[in-house]
Order: sequence, then C-alpha cells, then structure tokens
Amino acid sequence: MQSIAELLGLLPGYSSIPETYRALIPVVVSCVVIFACMALAVLFAVWLERKVSAHIQDRLGPMYVGGWHGWAQTLADAVKLLLKEDIVPASADKLLFKVAPFVVFLGAFAAFVVIPFGASSFVADLNIGLLYVFAVGSLSVIGIIMAGWASNNKYSLYGGMRAAAQIISYEIPSAIAIMTVVIPVGSLSLVEIVNAQQGGIQNWFIFRYPPLVFLGFIIYFIASLAEVNRTPFDIPEAESELVAGYHTEYSGMRFAFFFLAEYANMFLVASVATALFLGGWTWFVPESVVPQFIPGPVLFFGKVLALVFVQMWLRWSLPRLRVDQLMYLSWKVLLPASLALVLGVGWVTVYW
Amino acid sequence: MDNNLLAQIVFYSFAVLTVGSAAVVVFSKSLIRSAFALLFTFFGVAALYAFLGADFLAAAQMVIYVGGILVLLLFGVMLTHKLYDLNLRSETFQFVPALVVAAAVFAVIVTFMLRTSWHTGPPASDAPTTAAIGELLMTDYILPFEAASILLLVAMIGAAMIVRRRSE
Repeated sequence: MQSIAELLGLLPGYSSIPETYRALIPVVVSCVVIFACMALAVLFAVWLERKVSAHIQDRLGPMYVGGWHGWAQTLADAVKLLLKEDIVPASADKLLFKVAPFVVFLGAFAAFVVIPFGASSFVADLNIGLLYVFAVGSLSVIGIIMAGWASNNKYSLYGGMRAAAQIISYEIPSAIAIMTVVIPVGSLSLVEIVNAQQGGIQNWFIFRYPPLVFLGFIIYFIASLAEVNRTPFDIPEAESELVAGYHTEYSGMRFAFFFLAEYANMFLVASVATALFLGGWTWFVPESVVPQFIPGPVLFFGKVLALVFVQMWLRWSLPRLRVDQLMYLSWKVLLPASLALVLGVGWVTVYW
Repeated sequence: MDNNLLAQIVFYSFAVLTVGSAAVVVFSKSLIRSAFALLFTFFGVAALYAFLGADFLAAAQMVIYVGGILVLLLFGVMLTHKLYDLNLRSETFQFVPALVVAAAVFAVIVTFMLRTSWHTGPPASDAPTTAAIGELLMTDYILPFEAASILLLVAMIGAAMIVRRRSE
C-alpha cells in the first residue's frame, strides 16, 4: 500500500487533494487492485480446474474458444453469465435471496485485505490478521444459510444447512492447527509470520520442529478443504443428492457471485497456508547463496497456485465422504490431533 | 482536524448500521429476517469495538457471535413454525400500566445518561491488545478463565449426552 501511495503521489495535482480524501485514496486503489487480481486469478483457476479435471479423467476439456487449449472459455462463460436472465423464484424471500450472494462474496474477498502478497504488497498489516481472516470468513457461513433459506427449495435448504454445519465444525481444527505457527512466532500478524520465515526453505514453518508443524499444515489443509466445500468434503453441493446445494435456484450474475466466491475462497485458504507454512513471499535458498531473482508477489502466487492445484487434484481423484464420516473426521480425528499438536509445539517452544 | 472528520463519518455510518439493523431485529414481522438482521448488528458492534482500538475484541465478536451464536440461532429459528407474518401480541392488553412502566424506565435511563460524567479521554491507542489479553488470562484472571472453560466443557458433554442415541 505504501508503494501505491508513492505511485499516486506522482500523479499531477494529487497533492492538491485535501488530506482527508488523500488518506482514503491509496486504501481504495489497493483494494481495487487486489480485487482485480483475484478476479483474474479466479477466471484462470476456473479454466485450470476444467483442464486439470479433463486430464485426470483422460479427456481434453475446453479446446476451441480462443485457440490455444480453449484459454478463453472462462471469458465466454463469464459473458454468458452476465447476459443470462436473473430469475428470482416466485415463492422465495426476495430480499434475502438478493442479498445472500453479496454476503458470501464479501466474506470471501474481504479477507484478502490482510494477505501479504509481498514484502510491501499488502493492503493492511493488522496485528490480528489471522483472527480477521476467520472473522470475515464467518460472514460466508451466514450468507450460505441465507441463500439456502431464501430460495425456498428443499435442496437449497439442505445444502445450506450442511454447509453451515460443515464450515463451523472444520473451523475449529483449522484454527487450532494455525496455533502451531502462532505460538513460535508470538504474533497473529501475517506479515510478521512471513518475516519470521526468511532465510531459505529450512526456515519455513512447515519444517519447524519436525514433524509437529508439518502435521499442523496437513490438518490445516484438510480442514481448509472442508471449509471451502471442496471434494472430498463437498456434501453441501453433492450433485447426486442435492442438485447443486444452496445455489440451486440462482442464475446469471447472482450464481456467478457464488461461483467467484467459491474460487476466491480456494485462493484464500491457499494464501493463508502459503503465508503460514510455506514461507509466503520468501525465497527458497538464503539470499547469500542465490539472490532472489523472482519478485515476491510472483513467488507467493506460484506457491498459492501449487496448493490450488493440489486442491483440484484431490477433487478429481477422491470420492465424497458421507455426513457421518465427515463429522467423525472433524471431531474425533482432527480436533484431538490438533490439540495434541498445540501442546507439543507449546512444550517445545518453551522448554527447548 | 481532517482526520477527525473522516473518523466521525466512519463512526456515524457504523452507528447507523448498528442501530438501524437492531431496529429491524425488533420490528420485523418475520423471525428469520430478524435473525439475519442481527448479522449487521453484530458486524456494526464489531466495527465500533475496532473503532475504540479493541481489535481483538472486534475479531472475537465476529468469530463468536456471527460465526457461532448467530448460526445456532438461525438453526433454531428455522425449526420454529410461523416464520412469516408472526403476530406477536399478548392476549391481555394493558395499555395504561404498560405506558407508565415504560415511561418510568425511560426516565430513569435518561436521568442516568445525563448525570453520568462519561469518560471522554483522548482516542484509544492503536497498540495491539492481543498479547496483553493473553497474558492477563493466563495470570490474573486464570480462575475465571478456567471456570468458564469448565462450564463450557460441562455444557458440551451434556449436549452430547442428550443427543446420543440410547443403546439398550
């Protein structure tokens, strides 16, 4: 954000704007930049998902639109969604039906404010950054219930209820698994957490106190898959039983908002995992051996993309869990394991 | 001075959001809309906490009230019968005594509001509060903290016991 403020300072007449508004402009501009980048990333991820799924299942996927491997297919789909009729079911709760996509979308995108993409590329370095991510994440849950309820459709309601139950169950192990990083750093600020991992791959938290924090990473990754409703945890939208889950009744742009939010959430959990466990924007080897020649944000995005790819890979290789298996995994496996990890990391941090 | 103006705009917009959505919670005829309006009330209150420099409290408010309590509340509301056009009116309708009691309560509140010398110090610092809260919870306030934890644990075990299917 500082760099954006400096860039804006180069604009003619910028300094003549009153101080009050000048304080706001960099914030707004950096939010818009982040929003645009994430929208682009989401478009790319949708295309990637289709190609990855196609190749895993030994088919081609989109091949025609745009020429090279159908790269423009998502753009065509986006235009199609924009032009589609916006249908509101006659017996839906109209107001809630219309508000729900925005609440979900807000929850997904607001969290990106604290994600540090590079040493100075972040909108805000909140000292409660991690808690903030969880706090705005809870908006999505409410939005999903809202969508499920307002549609006045039994499949939507089932999907919404399942999603809410699943997300609030898996929030607990993922929050506790994150403690394995917070305890050694002693801060909830994502920037400070990444700074603590500088100086090469051996300092990344995934390799700290082996295998304690590594297990924390695994637990976080599994729980985050469930939080973003990805297979093997996609029972909220299990198409064989629920049509499409909570967004069954949505069409056009309102559906697109749910879709965008889903992919933005994938990027969000991958970004948090990257910042916490995979060193964020830091370089693989110490600067003294090989100087960093890739810009921090590019490196960060590369790591995020690798994690997103793993999410897709799992989605297209694993079957869906049953509801009871899902709850069993969260409450009886991941939660005790993450609590044990917190004890272990706490002990090691204090006495070692 | 300029920053002050900006702060005031932010404060009043969040205050309006909080009070407005709280009014919807109270006056809405459908239970479910009341429950969803609570989302914005909680959000506004969290924003006011953040405004007062209580960053940890703001985030905790969102995580606990929006992510936990409101979800539970919604589940509860969805299980009730009449969700729309709920006519909440008691059978006996005592206008005069109700008016007297309400006016008295209002008068007491206003009197105390005007008499109290409100703390209007300098704005709270933006210094992080999380570490201090954590230390206090683990030292000075360890007993209430542990008591609350045990209470919650008992409630959790109780809930699990009730839900559990009885095996003969």
